Amino acid sequence: MFTFPLATMYFYSLTDNAGVINMDELTDVDKAKMERDQKKIEVKLERWMTSKCCTEFMEAVQAGVEEDTLVKGIAEDKNPFKELKGGCVVC
Amino acid sequence: MGEMEELRKEADNLKDQITEARKVVQDTTLQEAVAGTTLVGRVQLKTRKTLRGHLAKIYAMHWGTDTNCSKLCVSASQDGKLIVWDTLTTNKVSAIPLKSSWVMTCAYAPSGNMVACGGLDNMCSIYNLKGKDGNVKVMRELAAHTGYLSCCRFLSDSEIITSSGDCTCVLWDIETGTEKTIFAGHLGDCMSLAVSPDFKMFISGACDFTAKLWDIREASCRQTFSGHESDINAIGFFPNGNAVITGSDDATCKLYDLRADQELITYQDSGIMCGVTSLAPSLSGRLLLAGYDDFNVNIWDMLKAERVGVLAGHDNRVSCIGVSSDGMACCTGSWDSFLKIWN
Repeated sequence: MFTFPLATMYFYSLTDNAGVINMDELTDVDKAKMERDQKKIEVKLERWMTSKCCTEFMEAVQAGVEEDTLVKGIAEDKNPFKELKGGCVVC
Repeated sequence: MGEMEELRKEADNLKDQITEARKVVQDTTLQEAVAGTTLVGRVQLKTRKTLRGHLAKIYAMHWGTDTNCSKLCVSASQDGKLIVWDTLTTNKVSAIPLKSSWVMTCAYAPSGNMVACGGLDNMCSIYNLKGKDGNVKVMRELAAHTGYLSCCRFLSDSEIITSSGDCTCVLWDIETGTEKTIFAGHLGDCMSLAVSPDFKMFISGACDFTAKLWDIREASCRQTFSGHESDINAIGFFPNGNAVITGSDDATCKLYDLRADQELITYQDSGIMCGVTSLAPSLSGRLLLAGYDDFNVNIWDMLKAERVGVLAGHDNRVSCIGVSSDGMACCTGSWDSFLKIWN
């Protein structure tokens, strides 16, 4: 017997036998229920202080910036995309 | 009170509670937090390669990630072809003819073994690049969406996630060609999706102006982000997976932090009035490269939210952009039928 997560069971109940989900077939009441149920989940989220998030964000960026070619640039002779001069490319 | 009215009232009440809860944790803005940092220096990237070969508008491109193909990318054009390019040599590794030329998205599997595409045919077609006789053939056609395929991303060689104009996203079992999970909740066409670096979550952007964070295994929507004033066309994860970047027809990009459950900053300029079509962060996340309808790519300092560069080189809309997995280069694809590699 298959077990599906509850959310999937709900949505599978909205699909026809071919497993197609047709949002057009959901009634306005169905859609309103979905939204209400979704907000019930989201309201319970534990949220971090933005100061903590901003600090971590800044630290994450600074940590990687030295290795970031698009920020730091790259020496011509080390650039794998440099123009191939001479030789020939066999396709 | 009718059932609809009651449900609406409940939902509005909950939304107000969420708005309040977000305000409570907002003890600073990113703008304030970065006040002491210096703007990153002017970024001037040069076109290193131009990939020529498509005969019509390019709609999508995706870099390979595996070490064997970190310099390979796949592009999709409405000339009815998927082309796999070696970006170092500009050679075409594969040119795959498609059954339907109305393609809107393409993806490279992390293993490098497969590519996928889809569009107005409402299907996601999977192609095996490593077939025994060397020919690239359709492996599976994933059909169930009732709207166009706007985006697809592989989780592995056996699973792929798709987003559709039918307002849903779907997780597919490639082997059996069936849907494992349907992610419904958006009230408008889903336009774009991105998978988290740990492959446990994905985010979707839609024409209902919201972005949603989904837990793949729990099959649930964890968070919904609003604020945009028009369709979200492009979405991506910040490199460490803790934030989401969106690009919209409202001419702005936004950064949402997952833990604070809110927007940290908006990337906008009074001089920019056209929609964002595509976006990609640089390796460290310091830069945000975003493609716009006015044929340009604007480069933003993600911390200071100021423009620090422009990539001007295409003669038509930039429809797709991607930064290689090692961060060494950025690729832009355009309606002018060319792809360009910049660094």
